[in-house]
Amino acid sequence: MIIDSIDNLQNALREQLYIADRGLATSIYLALKLNRPLFLEGEAGVGKTEVAKVLTRLLDTDLIRLQCYEGLDVHHAVYEWNYTRQMMHIRLLEARGERPSEAELFGPEFLLRRPLLQAIENAREKSPVLLVDEIDRSDEEFEAFLLEVLSDFQITVPEIGTIKAERPPVVVITSNRTREVHDALKRRCLYYWIDYPSFEKELEIVQAKVPHASAQLAQQVTRFVQELRRMDLYKVPGVAETLDWTAALVALDQRALSPSIVDDTLGALLKYQDDVAKVKGDQARLLLDRLGAL
Amino acid sequence: MTSLKEPDPDSGHLLHNLLLFGRLLRGLGLDINPGRMIDLTHSLAYIDLSRRQDFYHAARSLLVHRHEDIPLFDAAFEAFWRKPEEGWVTVDLPGLSRAQRRRRPVITPPPLRDAGSAEQQDKDQTPVENRPPVIQVTMTYSAREVLRHKDFADLTGEELDAIKQMMAALVWQLGERRTRRRQPGRGRLLDLRRTIRRSLKYGGEVMEWARREPKHKPRPLVILADVSGSMERYTRLLLHFVYGVTAGLDQPVEAFVFSTRLTRITHELQGRDVDEALREVSRAVQDWSGGTRIGESLKTFNFKWGRRVLGRGAVVLLISDGWDRGDIDLLHHEMARLQRSVHRLIWLNPLLGSPEYEPLTRGMQAALPYVDDFLPVHSLASLEDLAERLAGLNERRPERRQFRVLS
Repeated sequence: MIIDSIDNLQNALREQLYIADRGLATSIYLALKLNRPLFLEGEAGVGKTEVAKVLTRLLDTDLIRLQCYEGLDVHHAVYEWNYTRQMMHIRLLEARGERPSEAELFGPEFLLRRPLLQAIENAREKSPVLLVDEIDRSDEEFEAFLLEVLSDFQITVPEIGTIKAERPPVVVITSNRTREVHDALKRRCLYYWIDYPSFEKELEIVQAKVPHASAQLAQQVTRFVQELRRMDLYKVPGVAETLDWTAALVALDQRALSPSIVDDTLGALLKYQDDVAKVKGDQARLLLDRLGAL
Repeated sequence: MTSLKEPDPDSGHLLHNLLLFGRLLRGLGLDINPGRMIDLTHSLAYIDLSRRQDFYHAARSLLVHRHEDIPLFDAAFEAFWRKPEEGWVTVDLPGLSRAQRRRRPVITPPPLRDAGSAEQQDKDQTPVENRPPVIQVTMTYSAREVLRHKDFADLTGEELDAIKQMMAALVWQLGERRTRRRQPGRGRLLDLRRTIRRSLKYGGEVMEWARREPKHKPRPLVILADVSGSMERYTRLLLHFVYGVTAGLDQPVEAFVFSTRLTRITHELQGRDVDEALREVSRAVQDWSGGTRIGESLKTFNFKWGRRVLGRGAVVLLISDGWDRGDIDLLHHEMARLQRSVHRLIWLNPLLGSPEYEPLTRGMQAALPYVDDFLPVHSLASLEDLAERLAGLNERRPERRQFRVLS
């Protein structure tokens, strides 16, 4: 589809069941138009990764995902040689009494393409979406490397040469901010901080994503979660948790919240024992009372 | 939202204003990249300028890349892109610059108790250039030894300068942690890439197996220092110590001070000059010599900063005398959480240097079960011991008592 305005993009996202603020839509739109990576930061479960997935569907292209972790290196992010095939090849040549040449052994047919190389090399018709997920889990070495790749969308494999992207991928980088990502990397990107949604927006998300939930349940769940976010908790629930919880309640055939069902299903919402202990029982009852569910 | 004045592309007004805006932001301490300024001018072709909101988000997402800079950007944006009737750029810029990053009213830290003499105070206020050249060098061995063991609280002005010099000479190094990154070496993992490459020399016969080993990196360090009233006699020298560690270590160090509330001083300590850095710190901290609420301060730390700075097996130095006037249950709770989030929790107590000291205060009693190491920090000798201990940290640590209590 052709995206030619922010409104247009916002509607298209909505059709894909992604409810985006005008600000986020503007950033995504500019990322597409200016060919810049989009750097999304925010608490866990606010829908950062989802942006990349929705964009993939919207652009009708492929998603290439690179999940970051400490120690992520070139062999797992960019390319690796297929050693088994190389050894086989050596043995075959030996059997014929020949000696392997380096150029042959380190040629494209022995190259295993990892996500970054796939995204750059793209032998496809459309630019893929490259999702670099949770960059804050990687280490400085990888960050520096990524910076190099993103600055001119090219990768050098010493044995083969430089591979440059003809159509640069649409890049989405996400971070939960468990550590500060270096400014140099962020500077190259469009930066957007995704906040927890307002009540209206979250309700809209719940209704779009869990259509089987009754209107009453959707309202109550959203209000309950919004109240929880105001409490002194170690980890307040994200939108992903709201959706999980709603789905759990629907699976249990609940049409409205009650104290006992809240206590039983709180684990879908809160992931720290301290937080569960704090909310379970009296506090949950109090919240339900406040939002008129009792 | 009011709409921007319809731009006249020929007049170049908008472009001019954009550049001015960029300069304003830079002046406010934002990290503005010229490349992104150019992108912003390009982006004008894609957005409807009559929608102020769109222009705002375009500018923000291109020019701001730190979450904490957003409020400052918002203020600048509001002030700069006002309705045309009020004039384009004739805004209260001086008023705005008062909001500059990390600029707050000056509250000087308390002087050292025995530095209360007029002479010492005068000296402290003399600008660096005019200060008399620092003494010592020819101190005898025994004098130096005495000084090494002298309590920080009992130092005279001259001794203080000598101690500061000796402190600056301390070498800081932090024990390493095994990372998940590998490098060529003698580990157990095979490095097939190098193995095959080497084998080519022998016609494809593997003569030796190349291997990889885990890479080691120093652990992250986080310092939490108590600057409340009861710590007053030690505060200034301990901040010198914090600066020394920050400047002396290769890896980044996160530093915070607290009395009634927590202040992050990591940025303030970045300067090259210790006195300048400490002046920055004193500007940033609002509650020098206040009461102590360790539990509350730790809670703020755990909530706001824990997840951001305690990753990767961090070591935490908590400097306090344990005099706490806050909620003791909370202190229990937050200490337990802090210890669970770090590799090693080291409590440094200046009072521990005195032989008759016993950790009997309520705060210290509450905190002790959650401390991995309990060490003195009252003299240069104790700092040297600390330096040695930090350098020797390895994967192992003393057994934690909180788990024994819980199980």
